[in-house]
Amino acid sequence: MVEVNLHGRQPQTVINLRRVEELHEWSYRPTQQSITIGSAVPYSVMETGKIAELVPALAQAARTVGSPQIRAAGTLGGNLGTCSPAGDSLPVLSALNAVIHLIGPQGTRDLPWGEFMLGVKKNALNSGEFVHSITVPVIQGWQGYAKVGTRNAMVIATASACLVRDTDEGLISIALGSVGPTIIRCSQAERWLRKTTSLRAGAQINADIAVEFGRRVSDEATPIDDHRSTAAYRRHCVAILAQRLLVRSLA
Amino acid sequence: MSAQELGNEIYTLRVNGQSHPVKDAWIGESLLYVLRERLGLPGAKGACEQGECGSCTVVMDSQAVCSCLVMAAAAVDTEILTVEGLGENGSLTDIQQAFLVAGGVQCGFCTPGFIVAVHHLLDSNPEPSDDQIRESLSGNICRCTGYGRILEAVKIVISQRGTR
Repeated sequence: MVEVNLHGRQPQTVINLRRVEELHEWSYRPTQQSITIGSAVPYSVMETGKIAELVPALAQAARTVGSPQIRAAGTLGGNLGTCSPAGDSLPVLSALNAVIHLIGPQGTRDLPWGEFMLGVKKNALNSGEFVHSITVPVIQGWQGYAKVGTRNAMVIATASACLVRDTDEGLISIALGSVGPTIIRCSQAERWLRKTTSLRAGAQINADIAVEFGRRVSDEATPIDDHRSTAAYRRHCVAILAQRLLVRSLA
Repeated sequence: MSAQELGNEIYTLRVNGQSHPVKDAWIGESLLYVLRERLGLPGAKGACEQGECGSCTVVMDSQAVCSCLVMAAAAVDTEILTVEGLGENGSLTDIQQAFLVAGGVQCGFCTPGFIVAVHHLLDSNPEPSDDQIRESLSGNICRCTGYGRILEAVKIVISQRGTR
């Protein structure tokens, strides 16, 4: 709607999905340890309750989206359709290896997160296709989201990060927002950390390792200077965010 | 025929308990635009038109939303409540009265959005804490009052309703 209000976009055809009930629903499958969230479920539903309990990083990201008015209307479907690198939920979907369920005239297909976002406001949706729902695993361990902006509320991310620590598998994943054309998954830093230290339940990590992890994460970012911030500051931000999230995951 | 009766009905909106036919509208119009320019309900204000300021706040199916970000055609089959629908027969609600008493109104441009947001807050949570009031009004921007008198107005209402 902002595109229409401020950027002169003039849609001639509008398809109203508000009445398609299944897009507003979500379900938890305990046997598969996964949760599937309809593309029209608003962020206000994810902030608290069962979704927040099962996917806390998603609840944290949802809580940083705009104002209560925006969170009552904003959805994962909207973040995925717009596909801005600053989309608050997107680092969470990346770090959790979400699967995006699409539906269109040719039928349905499932895309792993890594094949969905192609660039700044570019995604793999074909003409006539839309996001039906999103499946994320329910992880044993810790997960968190952190964001830097120019103030504490009602702000677009200068930089953001989601870290997931799977204590069953002994894995850590970390994804960054607003520091590149797509969400950046820091697979080299993840691999380095896995080789360096145990990530299973009860593991300790010393401060030097956390700092080095932050440095390696920021090396994988590809930020730019723009009207919101500078590349250098964004690089600094993601190093600190990664370091903090790693320390929190072990606290 | 009056101007209201001319034109082809494109869709119908439910606003303040009444059905309003929307005629000859372009399909991409925002709910804010349709309320103000087509349905004669100028209470919701247009300022940022990108969801930052909250001056266009309306309640849609029991949720406070920015009407500038809702495509009007997609609001078919929802119940919309605007500031015009709050008081009975043109009288002020207790919330509106409290804003006057506390000095929560200066230039007045943000006021309808605040009034709707406060109605929505107290309908869903009759006794919010200070933090809950601040959080629930975080999407409404006021450039005059510094917010202190608006918070005071909300507390007056909570206290009045509590003793009734």
